[in-house]
Order: sequence, then structure tokens, then C-alpha cells
Amino acid sequence: MALYSEKVMDHFLHPRNVGVIEDADGVGEVGNAKCGDIMKIFLKIDGGIVTDAKFSTFGCGSAIASSSMATEMIKGQPVEKVMELTNKAVVEALDGLPAYKLHCSVLAEEAVKAALKDYFDKNSIPYDPAQFPDAPSCASCEMH
Amino acid sequence: MIYADNAATTKMSPRALEEMCRTAGEIWGNPSSLYGLGQAAQEALTDARERMAKILGAEAKEIYFTSGGSESDNQAIRSCARLGAAKNRKHIVSTAFEHHAVLHTLKRLEKEGYEVTYLPVHENGIVTPEEVAAAIRPDTCLVTIMFANNEIGTIEPIGEIGAVCRAAKVPFHTDAVQAAGHVKIDVKEMNIDLLSLSAHKFHGPRGVGALYCRTGLPLYPLIEGGAQERNRRAGTENVAGIRAMVTALEEMTANLDRNAAYVRSLRDRLIDGLSAIPHSALNGDPEKRLPGNVNFCFEGIEGESLLLLLDQAGICASSGSACTSGSLDPSHVLLAIRRPHEVAHGSLRLTLSEENTEEDVDTILQEVPRIVTYLRGFSPIWQDLQSGRRQHLL
Repeated sequence: MALYSEKVMDHFLHPRNVGVIEDADGVGEVGNAKCGDIMKIFLKIDGGIVTDAKFSTFGCGSAIASSSMATEMIKGQPVEKVMELTNKAVVEALDGLPAYKLHCSVLAEEAVKAALKDYFDKNSIPYDPAQFPDAPSCASCEMH
Repeated sequence: MIYADNAATTKMSPRALEEMCRTAGEIWGNPSSLYGLGQAAQEALTDARERMAKILGAEAKEIYFTSGGSESDNQAIRSCARLGAAKNRKHIVSTAFEHHAVLHTLKRLEKEGYEVTYLPVHENGIVTPEEVAAAIRPDTCLVTIMFANNEIGTIEPIGEIGAVCRAAKVPFHTDAVQAAGHVKIDVKEMNIDLLSLSAHKFHGPRGVGALYCRTGLPLYPLIEGGAQERNRRAGTENVAGIRAMVTALEEMTANLDRNAAYVRSLRDRLIDGLSAIPHSALNGDPEKRLPGNVNFCFEGIEGESLLLLLDQAGICASSGSACTSGSLDPSHVLLAIRRPHEVAHGSLRLTLSEENTEEDVDTILQEVPRIVTYLRGFSPIWQDLQSGRRQHLL
């Protein structure tokens, strides 16, 4: 299918890290059912390293592929590195997304960061709130 | 491959394809030329017009060939609007779930100072003649209501609406793009003043259509530049396409009852089978719908991912989810029948033709439930529905 790159189709058809982590150290859910996509990311963090990541996603092919790719990119990474994840990096790793699907990659970045924020909050780890702008998922979707 | 997207377009019938190739190869003159080659094309066009008129219960001089449904809709609406403005009537009655060729034209007219009443279509996707009657005002210049809906396939009470409009002396246009060749149409009996149709929805070629406009109702051109189509539509006629369209429509009309009975039986098996999926719902009236139309919503999943996986299974279908349209909102049709946004995102449209088989239905009934279950398996909405954190809507 020409709509998506082979990478996107691969991650859509064979999504990595699907599922939930019952005793997750951080859980982030972003998106809105009304808008047609919700992403939920579960993180297991040990010694400052993301040792496991799983996702549940309601959404289109690129939302599922973005979740799959984002979880792959952060697994085994130190928390500081994961904080630097950008939607642009997710898009590049997927060999591109159609312009009107870019918000799916934004959701992936937001979901990962929401999960980290949850982890920081639960463990009383100080952080700069400016790094976690209120995830304006619906608003960001209306912008494009 | 199982093609179940016949509302999007249809495969050309062998006879229509043959007629198109034969005409393009042999009758290639310009119908406006006075020498024999041109006149042969003119005769082929006249013959096609007479045959098209006969199928619709119209007269040949009431048929205008166009590039398709969108052009026919645009011209019909624009022409009636202009006629209305001349009499200081700038109100139009329509429905909330028309095709965008109609809706976008109406939106444009609203910006130009017209007022449009969009009638509700209720949960069954059907507008009532009483509501149409009540919406007509002294300044109404047009009623435009589709014959059958392109997404959910519901068939509107066109004959009764036609009678209401005729009694009120208001021109009545119907977009019959999904209906022509699939259900009976008689413009005189149904009091239709203008009707749009498109060849590629009934096994004719893409890029050709027709507009019927009743004698006595002025029709203004949309495309200027020549005397073709009795000054109503400029441009050298697509004789090959027009003849292929008429060939296809004749074929469909001759077999209409038999095709409808067969396709309806496939449709009803699909509807029965898909209804067994928990938290699913058929969209649109189960009876008053096109023989080949199946449209469902499945809670907890999104339509585009469903379509992509169906494509992997060799099944061509469509959806009203926002992601498949490249827009933010799900289908305006599903919203018009009051499906909530989150449910409308999980819609699936399967539109069958007489070329589909019982085996196709078997395969679809295996694949759709499998894929819905798979996608629900990692959907956070479905997890919330299962745990009770979110209430089921279906």
C-alpha cells in the first residue's frame, strides 16, 4: 500500500510491545476517543533505565505503528535519554508519515512523556514541569 | 481479491467496455462536425440520449450528459439557485447527510446569501415527506434530497417527496448516483424535476454521467464555451463514455430485479453474521436500504486500521473514520444518524454487487470478526469498556 512506508506497514502489521504491564512504574494515556485515537504506554523502570515498555492503542495504522516504534526506541534507554524522544525521531524511524498523520507521532511522544511524568510523580522525583506541557492532544490535532 | 467497495466505484461490464472501445475506435468524429464522420457521432449520441431517457421515464430532450455525479449535482443546484434568485427566492431544503457534491455547493450558496434548511435524517437515516412539506417556505427555490445514501445505503421516500414538492410548485432535485441501475427510477411517476447520475456506479466508465432536467424548468450551464448539449453544457461530447454508460445502465435495468434479489440475499447474510459481533450495530434502516449496502459500527476500534488489515486479507472495503478521510471528524453521515464520534470512528462499509459470491460472504464473515477481536485486544477504549471504566454505547 502506497499510503504508508514499508516500515510503517511492518510496525502496523507486526506491532512490537503490544500489551499492558500490570505493575508498571509509569503509565501515560493521551488522546481522545472523540478524535479517534488514544495511546496508552506502560513503562517498567529499574535503576533509571526503561527496562520494558508496552502499549495499547486505539487508532489508525500510523497510530499503531508510531506506538510500536516509540516503545522500541525507548526500551533499554536511560530515563534522561527517553525524555529527549521527539515525534520527529519517531517519524524518521518510520521512514516518514503522510502529513495529515503526523499527529500520530506527536501522540506517541506525548504518551511516553506522560508515562515518565507518572513515574516521577509516583516516586517523588523532582522535575521541571515545563518539560511536561499539558498534553493538548485534541488541540494539537485541530491545529493541522 | 474480494471487491466489496461498489459504492466507491464498480468494475466496468464487459459489454460496456466493448461499446466504449468500439465507439472510440470507430465513431471518433466530433458530433458538431457537419461531415459524415461527425454526423455518425451525432447519431450515436442521439441514440444514447433516447435510450437513457427511456430508462428513466424521461424524454430525450430532458437528458444532458455531463462528466459525472458531482458536475450534475453542482449544475442542478446552481441553476435552481440562480432561477430562485431571479424571483427573490433564496431558500433551499436539503438533508444533513447529502453527498459532499451537494453539501459543499450548498455551503457555498450560504456564503452567497442563500439560506439552507438541513433536515434531520433520524437514527434510521430516512427523512419523512411530512418534514419536507413543513420545511418548504414561500421563498424556497429548491428541494434537493438524495435518492439513496452513499454511505449507509438508506433509500429515501423520493416519490412522496416529489409529490410534496410538485404540490408546492418547488423544483425537486435528487442525487441518484447510488440508486441508478440498482433501484427503479421513473422521473415522471416520482415527480422528479432534476436527477443526477454517474456511470461508474453501475458498471459504466468513470468520468461520465447525466443530468435529467424536466421540460419547462430552465437549466443554466455550469460550463460555458460551446453549443453542445443544447447550450447547457459546453465541451466536446464523450461519445464513447456516454454510449458505454447507456449500455451499462440498460444491462443493469434489464436485470434489476434479479440482481437486487441476489445481492440482497448476500447483504442480509452479511448483516446477520456481523450482528453477532458483540457491541456492533448496523447503520441505517435494515429494510429501506440499497440491495448491496452493509454498514456497521464496531465499538472500541478505529476504521482505518480495520481497512488496512482487511486489505491484507484481500478484502476491499471503506470506512467513515476520520483517518480514512484525512479530516478530523468522522463521517457526517454517521454523525447525522446520531452515532457518537467515538463509535463513528469504528465504521465499516461493505458494498456488494452481483459479481460477489457466497464464498466472498463466507470469507468476509471470517475475517471481519477476527480482525475486530484482534484490534480490540490492544485497544485502551476496549479495555476501559471491559473493566467498566467506560460505558458501552452500542
